[in-house]
Amino acid sequence: MLPTDETKQLSFNRRIAEGDLVIVYERHDTMKAVKVIAGSVLQNRFGVYKHSEWIGKPFGSKALSNKGRFIYLLAPTPELWTLVLNHRTQILYIADISLVVMYLELVPGCVVLESGTGSGSLSTSLARAVAPSGHVYTFDFHEERAASAREDFEKTGLSNLVTVGVRDIQGEGFPDEFIGLADSVFLDLPQPWLAIPSAEKMLKQDGVLCSFSPCIEQVQRSCEVLRSSFTDIRTFEILLRSYDVREVNIKDSNEDGLVVSGSRKRRQFSQEDAEENSGHQVLARPSPEARGHTGYLTFARLKCL
Amino acid sequence: MSAIARDDAASAAEAVAVHNARVTWEGCSVLLDINDGDRLVFCRLSPAATVKIGNNNYSLRPLIGCPFGSLFQVDSGADGPFLSRVDPSSQGKEVPDSIDESKDNRALVDNNKAQTLTGEDINAMRSQGATGDEIVEALIANSATFENKTSFSQEKYRLKKQKKYAPKILVRRPFTRSICEAYFKKYPHRIGFLRVDTLSLLLSMANVTANSNILVVDTLSGILTGAVAERLGGHGHVCSAYMGGTPYSLDIVRMFNFSSEICKRIVSCSISDLSTTDTANSENNGKHVAATESQPMTLQPSDMEDVTVSLEKETSYNLTETNGSFNLKPCKSSKAGEPASAEVVRMWKESGFSSLIIGAPDIDPWSIIKGLLPLLSHSAPFAIYHQYLQPLATCMHNIQQEKLAIGLQINEPWLREFQVLPARTHPHMQMSAFGGYILSGTKICGSAG
Repeated sequence: MLPTDETKQLSFNRRIAEGDLVIVYERHDTMKAVKVIAGSVLQNRFGVYKHSEWIGKPFGSKALSNKGRFIYLLAPTPELWTLVLNHRTQILYIADISLVVMYLELVPGCVVLESGTGSGSLSTSLARAVAPSGHVYTFDFHEERAASAREDFEKTGLSNLVTVGVRDIQGEGFPDEFIGLADSVFLDLPQPWLAIPSAEKMLKQDGVLCSFSPCIEQVQRSCEVLRSSFTDIRTFEILLRSYDVREVNIKDSNEDGLVVSGSRKRRQFSQEDAEENSGHQVLARPSPEARGHTGYLTFARLKCL
Repeated sequence: MSAIARDDAASAAEAVAVHNARVTWEGCSVLLDINDGDRLVFCRLSPAATVKIGNNNYSLRPLIGCPFGSLFQVDSGADGPFLSRVDPSSQGKEVPDSIDESKDNRALVDNNKAQTLTGEDINAMRSQGATGDEIVEALIANSATFENKTSFSQEKYRLKKQKKYAPKILVRRPFTRSICEAYFKKYPHRIGFLRVDTLSLLLSMANVTANSNILVVDTLSGILTGAVAERLGGHGHVCSAYMGGTPYSLDIVRMFNFSSEICKRIVSCSISDLSTTDTANSENNGKHVAATESQPMTLQPSDMEDVTVSLEKETSYNLTETNGSFNLKPCKSSKAGEPASAEVVRMWKESGFSSLIIGAPDIDPWSIIKGLLPLLSHSAPFAIYHQYLQPLATCMHNIQQEKLAIGLQINEPWLREFQVLPARTHPHMQMSAFGGYILSGTKICGSAG
């Protein structure tokens, strides 16, 4: 997924090859991650697609089914991955993820600790931010979930940047080997306040901690614990409002005969006229449905000694 | 291509180390946060540099070699007042926790007679060498109403007096986060009202990561270019593309502590040079090199002897140091924003850019992106920032009509900050109601593919 491997970098000459991960795009809300294996097929409501026909095409190409319906084959990115990954837990989405990466001040070379791993949606973006020389150490107490996450990082080509550990961070804290080495720590735990004293030990001076919690009571308790050794404690909520864009025909009241009561002839003329002069306008309005809440993001900076 | 793409691993690692350093050094850029965000000042640390707080100039020498995140206060010594580091262990801030108080403000008379200490008294204390904290304590002792205030309101009073008589200076690391927040707070127009969460979304949506070649159109004083360069960490390139003959200003890039390794990866190129075919280009490129060299637009990362650069131009605070006065003398070290070499331009033409970010409020998005999309690799993501919705809606519609990209979305982030205190948790009373719009999408292969 990341351009660490020069031969896999996106370019005009890059062609889809055996073993590549592609994001199959049907519609903006219907996508799927597929590993390309010659001899294999993808079947969906549009028909059957042969992988062998994809090999050699550039990313971003159309692929046709046996029924002549097409899909697009996209190169994977952490954003697309977030939309297609298997949900083993509730995941973080792009708005929260972006703010976390920005506020944790991640740059290439950083070491970041994360718990829990969950479905690995955030981990993927953390890895992108610290690549090529940094590392993400992520912990989940759920063994199968950690194993699935490991498989996913293998699939997305991030396993050299992400290490998944099985550990109860709330109960045991982060491993001692990371004391004083973490540039940033991210917590997504039911009782984050239990892990904060350990996170404090792991962080470098002035390092940033982030805790994601859906409920304000969790935030309240976390902040009480944070106040002893952290400063610059800030809690945010971030949401995205998306917009629908349409070409809409909005009639002029003077031309469609509703206001100007005229003869039938006049009205017919006006309608044609209106179409020619195009009451067609490209307009945008907020999408009627949206995510109303994801969680609160609390950031804090380790006090300097 | 390989010669350019190949990273000198050692120097790149060093580049990261400098940028991610956690202790200040002589010549480094810092963001001084005075009194909890009341004033934000960018400074370059040198023994001669000073900052003015209240009526006094303070040497920044004590700040050299301290960890980022250190807190300083004003102390008085034999040679007058100076900045001294606050001992972190003594910072124990007592937060009032009694929430069931019965005190209230029913007896408060707002007649300005509560304080018996006069300005002369305070000046006298100062000349006798009283510390700011002592003055604050004296003010509290001489306030007739303090005792009757609730503990919350006592805390507020103390804080207000502390800001005036015992200012605190926090040394912040200039990172995209702090730089964007500082400009958004003080000079939002210089960064096109780009809020930090919007900027973070642009970087995600454009898949910015090391070893990429990112095309930006940045008329936002270089905030986009700097943010991208920070994420590249010296691997890959960010190309600041411009229309016409003059590169856009990259002033803000100077506020980052970029090593020369990272600065080398920040280059500029005119859109026409990027779009022309190879033969024509080599000539043009040479011409532009000559043209840009004489322009003050290209910037130098460091001028150590320089004093202080303040964000505050028409400041309402009492800041008097020269602003924007970085000496633009050419220096030996590599500059950020130099013209892209012919070699690297050729590589971009062969391979295409990894992604595109546009932040150019004065340019119609559609008119600019239709020329730039062909420069992107297939399946490359892009993100366009704009303060107004309509130009993006039209742009999205046109891209759809011409089937140039898929996954098109217009999004607007909404960010709310909370006060979290025992029994007093609520959203902030003041918030930014608008952070701008983003049109994002993924370029697809034309019929040729």
